[in-house]
Amino acid sequence: MFRIGSGAGFSGDRVDAAQSVVAELAAAGEGGAIIFETMGERTLALGQISRRTDPDKGYEPLLEEIVTPILRTCIESNIAIVSNFGCANPPAAARLLARIAREQGLGGIRIGIVEGDDLLGRVGPDQMERWDGDGRLPAVDGELIAVNAYLGARTIADALNEGAQIVVTGRVADPALVLGPLVAHFGWDWNDLDRIAAGTLIGHLLECGSQVSGGFFADPGIKDVPRPAEIGFPIAEVEEDGTFVITKARGTGGVVSLKTVKEQILYEIHDPAAYLTPDVTLDLSEVEIAEIGPDRVRVTGAKGHEAPEKLKATLCYEGDWFGEAAISYAGPNSAARAKLAVEIIHDRLKLRNLDVQFRADIVGIASCFDSAEGTLRQDITPAGNDFRVRFAFSSHSEKAVRAAVQDVGALYCCGPAGGGGIRSSVRARLTTQSYLVPRELVSSRFVMAEAI
Amino acid sequence: MSNCVVTLPLHAIAHGRAGDKGNRLNVSVIAHEPAFWPIIRDQVTAERIRHLFAHRHVTEVRRYELPKLEALNFVVEDALEGGVNSSLGTDTHGKSLSYLVLGMLVEVPENMTPRPPALAETPS
Repeated sequence: MFRIGSGAGFSGDRVDAAQSVVAELAAAGEGGAIIFETMGERTLALGQISRRTDPDKGYEPLLEEIVTPILRTCIESNIAIVSNFGCANPPAAARLLARIAREQGLGGIRIGIVEGDDLLGRVGPDQMERWDGDGRLPAVDGELIAVNAYLGARTIADALNEGAQIVVTGRVADPALVLGPLVAHFGWDWNDLDRIAAGTLIGHLLECGSQVSGGFFADPGIKDVPRPAEIGFPIAEVEEDGTFVITKARGTGGVVSLKTVKEQILYEIHDPAAYLTPDVTLDLSEVEIAEIGPDRVRVTGAKGHEAPEKLKATLCYEGDWFGEAAISYAGPNSAARAKLAVEIIHDRLKLRNLDVQFRADIVGIASCFDSAEGTLRQDITPAGNDFRVRFAFSSHSEKAVRAAVQDVGALYCCGPAGGGGIRSSVRARLTTQSYLVPRELVSSRFVMAEAI
Repeated sequence: MSNCVVTLPLHAIAHGRAGDKGNRLNVSVIAHEPAFWPIIRDQVTAERIRHLFAHRHVTEVRRYELPKLEALNFVVEDALEGGVNSSLGTDTHGKSLSYLVLGMLVEVPENMTPRPPALAETPS
């Protein structure tokens, strides 16, 4: 059996989550691996920008905080750390890890650095095709900041087979962080597609951290989660044949149940018979699950088909300017005053001829489900009497966005009666689009860094 | 045995989760109990989901059945107003949208109505 756990499901996840996972793996005394999935579509572009200003930055900002408390136990207990926390600068992340290891007196650790995802300046959108999930969105024409292909698990497995104790990557397919260590441990054949599919499914279930063990799940009275402030992040116990159990560390909060596992199996899945990854096309349609004990769910039945011909790549561009401003109305007739505030800003934008995209949501009436036009808001008679009107503006003109936000500020004196609590912000946005890139344009490799 | 049905929010008999990729949304709808699966399978149609999201100008809804998980998976195209980097909305990921789906009304035989906590949400 091989145990592999997750310590983070996104950049910004709970920084202490890994500790109970590592303690559980270490107590079992059979080694294993822990993954940290810390990259979103935008995280990487932010990393690229960060690296431009400082060649020693561009990796996961919380890296030191996450790794410092667990590094010694991982090294001493033969628990590999595998993560995309290298983000836009895996070599710099490896240098930081080497420094932490030195400071802890852990000499000579081996860090595998996976390279090859960064295609900026080498492969452009003209050599790719648009990914169909962006639907009708127009192609972007801003300055290109980042082009990164999703790499598969092979290079991760190769680095581990060469003795890496930590593998630092940039963009890889999230499940590859798990599949790599499993292939390295069991020696699975890459053509054994059902095992590769099982490893990919394990990765899919672990890559969002606590989302399979009680995170993003609690619905009081309907789906209760014990001790949600102390959710135990997931651990998979994997057999050589690819069958596995999802569980979590003893004594932690959270829950692993049929329901948590079902929700995560289908999370961000499109056609369940064809989940595309660089390593395999995963077929989930025959997957079966069974609760075999408290917080223990066995998963079987993943099928694998040939991997897709092309790799997905994320392109990140300079975007537009984005401004937000909000104001509150409460008490008698507050819904009408809130709606009037929206009308006033709508008219002010016209009067001032401000060329911005505009949207308003009224928190308390409709703020999540509505369309940009506010369709739902028209039909809802609100029950409460405490509302917050939230305006959003975007434009390629920073000046226009700032002017629009300033006009929301003017609601203090010129708007409906009793409006208070204005807060506002303006920032530049990045935008991403997905493309498909021919495999022959992408080659991945690793370099081994040894900390002395 | 009574033939009476009661009208309940889907939330009383199902749970689910939403996820985003680009401008594409997926929402799972999972039966709370095996007995509710046929009701969900028969009543939660792609057409009804498309109707729920009509105000978002969605262009296509695809529905996948997963009988072994007693679940449906819906893929809703162009539901996210440009997606996480372009939308002007509050919930740019669409993470809350599973609950738009779970607010849909379904008809459940009276003798199968779920436990009290969920029933408390029956619309008046």
